[in-house]
Amino acid sequence: MPHLARLSKARRSPITKTKSITANLRRSLHRGIRPGRGRLGDSLFAAAAFLAAAGIIALMALMVYKLMQQAMPAVEAFGAGFVTSTEWDPVNNNFGALPFIYGTVISSLLALLMAVPLSLGIAIYLSQFAPSWLRSPLGLVVELLAAIPSVVYGLWGIFVLAPFLGKTVEPFISGHLGGIPVFRGPVYGVGLFAASVVLAIMIIPTISAISRETMRNVSRDQKEAAQALGATPWETVKMAVLPLARPGIIGAVILGLGRALGETMAVTMLIGNSPKISASIFAPAYSIASVIASEFAEVTEGRHMAALIEMALILLVITLALNLLARLLVQKTGSRATKAKARP
Amino acid sequence: MAGHVTTSSLSASFGDIQAIDDVTVEIPANKVTAIIGPSGCGKSTFLRCLNRMHELVPGAKISGEVVWDGKNIYGPGMDATEVRRGIGMVFQKPNPFPLMSVEENVSAGIRLTGGRMSKAMVAEIVEHSLRLAALWDEVKNKLHKPGGGLSGGQQQRLCIARALAVQPDIILMDEPCSALDPASTQKIEDTIDKLKQNFTIVIVTHNMQQAARVSDSTGFMLAREMGDPGRMIEYGPTNKIFTMPDRKETENYITGRFG
Amino acid sequence: MSEYVQTPEEEGGNTMMPAPPALPGAVPAAGAHGGHQPERGPDTGGGLYRQSNLRRRSRNIRSRLAHALCALSTVIAMVPLALILFYVIYQGAGALNFSFLTSLPKPVGESGGGMGNAIAGSLILIGIAAVIGVPFGVLAGTHLAEYRSPRLSWIVRLLSDTLSGVPSIIVGVFVYTLLVLTFKQFSAIAGGVALGILMLPTVARTTEDMMRMVPDTLREASLALGIPRWRTITSVVIKTAGGGIMTGVMLALARIAGETAPLLFTALSSRTWPMGLDKPVASLPVQIYTYAISPFDAWHKQAWAGSLVLVLMVLLLSIGSKLYFGRKMQRAR
Repeated sequence: MPHLARLSKARRSPITKTKSITANLRRSLHRGIRPGRGRLGDSLFAAAAFLAAAGIIALMALMVYKLMQQAMPAVEAFGAGFVTSTEWDPVNNNFGALPFIYGTVISSLLALLMAVPLSLGIAIYLSQFAPSWLRSPLGLVVELLAAIPSVVYGLWGIFVLAPFLGKTVEPFISGHLGGIPVFRGPVYGVGLFAASVVLAIMIIPTISAISRETMRNVSRDQKEAAQALGATPWETVKMAVLPLARPGIIGAVILGLGRALGETMAVTMLIGNSPKISASIFAPAYSIASVIASEFAEVTEGRHMAALIEMALILLVITLALNLLARLLVQKTGSRATKAKARP
Repeated sequence: MAGHVTTSSLSASFGDIQAIDDVTVEIPANKVTAIIGPSGCGKSTFLRCLNRMHELVPGAKISGEVVWDGKNIYGPGMDATEVRRGIGMVFQKPNPFPLMSVEENVSAGIRLTGGRMSKAMVAEIVEHSLRLAALWDEVKNKLHKPGGGLSGGQQQRLCIARALAVQPDIILMDEPCSALDPASTQKIEDTIDKLKQNFTIVIVTHNMQQAARVSDSTGFMLAREMGDPGRMIEYGPTNKIFTMPDRKETENYITGRFG
Repeated sequence: MSEYVQTPEEEGGNTMMPAPPALPGAVPAAGAHGGHQPERGPDTGGGLYRQSNLRRRSRNIRSRLAHALCALSTVIAMVPLALILFYVIYQGAGALNFSFLTSLPKPVGESGGGMGNAIAGSLILIGIAAVIGVPFGVLAGTHLAEYRSPRLSWIVRLLSDTLSGVPSIIVGVFVYTLLVLTFKQFSAIAGGVALGILMLPTVARTTEDMMRMVPDTLREASLALGIPRWRTITSVVIKTAGGGIMTGVMLALARIAGETAPLLFTALSSRTWPMGLDKPVASLPVQIYTYAISPFDAWHKQAWAGSLVLVLMVLLLSIGSKLYFGRKMQRAR
């Protein structure tokens, strides 16, 4: 390679200059560097990141511990009877959680009844049927429902939704189906039913977004196989999409249930706040979260507070269990869908 | 002279798969050393063992020694960061930091490795490094534009300038031209030729002509079969390897009779 | 990422296909498929794979109907959104003026007054939450993305997902037992801590996701320069993922800005300007709640005006973050 040698020789003179610059730079740069500095920074940073991650675990543990500790007076005073007693009598210091558990569970289940079909329709539409240019803007709009603060739902519920329900929907249902006990009795607008309607609106984004995600993850092969069999688009969804996405959809519904059980402000403003168990879904009721919201700040007596905290603990345990279950189901769908994708 | 490296019985593996086995070579200072061989022969792994980049892969294991100017870089008390500061690397695909400007890319190493420095000094190092990488004239008017906006060849020379700015003794290049067009490749080869005045260069390449053009000595690596670890089959002056290799395998590879 | 885009096909156009290929992965789907097979019997008369026109038409009609129902669900979900936005704007705009944003609430019966103190209080609470939640969340996310310790990461990931499902009122009760009971004082700090805890999961998980999107080649480039790992993470990885992390932070802020329940018995409320971080402080959501359940018409109007301010704040944060993220991603490419 003689030509290359000649080339480099021709450039020799400027290079000897850069050589001394490089040597000088090397000396002055490496003088400023103390070995081990990086290592100390590395250890400190890694420790901080570890502590933050472990902190999340500690935080959850502390939360459960603190609530248990503060709930003790009520646990000792009422034992297991706490969850079966219907009495809520702050004057005589007697507390039972059943009306609140009842209100929480029934309002959430009613909300699911309304929200699940709608959410699945949305999820199927947005992941399978909608033209692709429409998918992300529509998805964004549905997500906006989740961005509206709970207290604004409550305000709208009190002044717009509840009067509307009380004047039109509830009398209509009660008038036609009044023979069935759950629809019998006076209608007020505000009550269990109104709370459920608002809850349904509030959990639609949760359920539809997660179901949509799992449906979108279903492999293309499966769908093409169904289409090749001559399936119509709806049959393709039934054959290839829904069965594979099922655990994820169940997970989404459970997450929605978890949100509904713990939703506070809108329910507090709409459920009627009356600790009674009534047959009618139009009657006022109470929920765990709303009794805590309305009474906690004004409590003066220790056992009353302990009773409220015990209910918070019950709600925490239920939502933790539901969330763990749902996450595991959603994860399972993820791995199932990818497995199906990996298989040729 | 700084920048002299010897390896002895160097072996490396990923989990259960051994990538290279028993490599012993001596890399002279201020020379260009090329490592050639078919793909999968462990030449990149060998290169990454020279500045402790191999150990970043989960499950990586290394045995043997790499002695850099008298110190075993895997010896007790050696800090991987210190090693990498003295032994820089340029990668196969140009990888400038996307959100940093040209100037910030070049100065990243000196700004982030500790030690305070005046702005004037940083500017001087940036210019000097860009000049060494033959990029200064092309970018001197866009020092504050994002580094990702340059062409592929310019990006790779930016990466070379970035590696030069921390003033290493040795620069490792892992197939630096494989993603580039011939004109850019030519520029980088010119740069390499200039750089050896100040730096020791080890270049891994799958391009034999390139190895013949730029290097002073050449090592040929080969994994006998799929799944076998790569070994250094022959190592010596480039002229000799390309004209009268000692080993049959080397000759087969050089003459294109391989596989 | 492969976005599956369904090609519009002529529905039922290929039902005449003579020999359907085997459906390899469809075994689990057989149950759903079987649903309509028995009905097929009487219609298939001619050949095994042929169907009468009538049968095919009814299948297509059913498919169209399903399509329409799904589209209808989407429309139905938008009705409440439109209604809420309409009422908040219509009712709120009537009561909103400059003095509403800057003045203290007036006692019942006096006209005028505003939520200036509540807006200031909300900003303070959000600030405290960010000071706590952002560094904590980003560091936790960094651990998940950069330091791979599989078992710990699995638990942390699961718990932080679970934490995001814990009702916010319970976080309020927790902070009450932790801070308010201990210091015998409702305070802005307690409210901020509660909101900070609520931010944590969102910030941690987006940080993790965004850092994972940073290609390893950049980490290698940085480490090969002799830059220590922690500076590689802070100056290269976090910087590159910064736009995405910012989006997560803004989304988390949007979420906590509207939170009411965890503030009810931590920050409490106040009818004066904020007097210090260790004192109770008013906040926009709590003020809206108090006014909404009050019996006074004038307060109801103020609640609507407050809602308009709150909704604007929240929507600006969440829509803004998405736009910002889009721009940032374009730049990174």
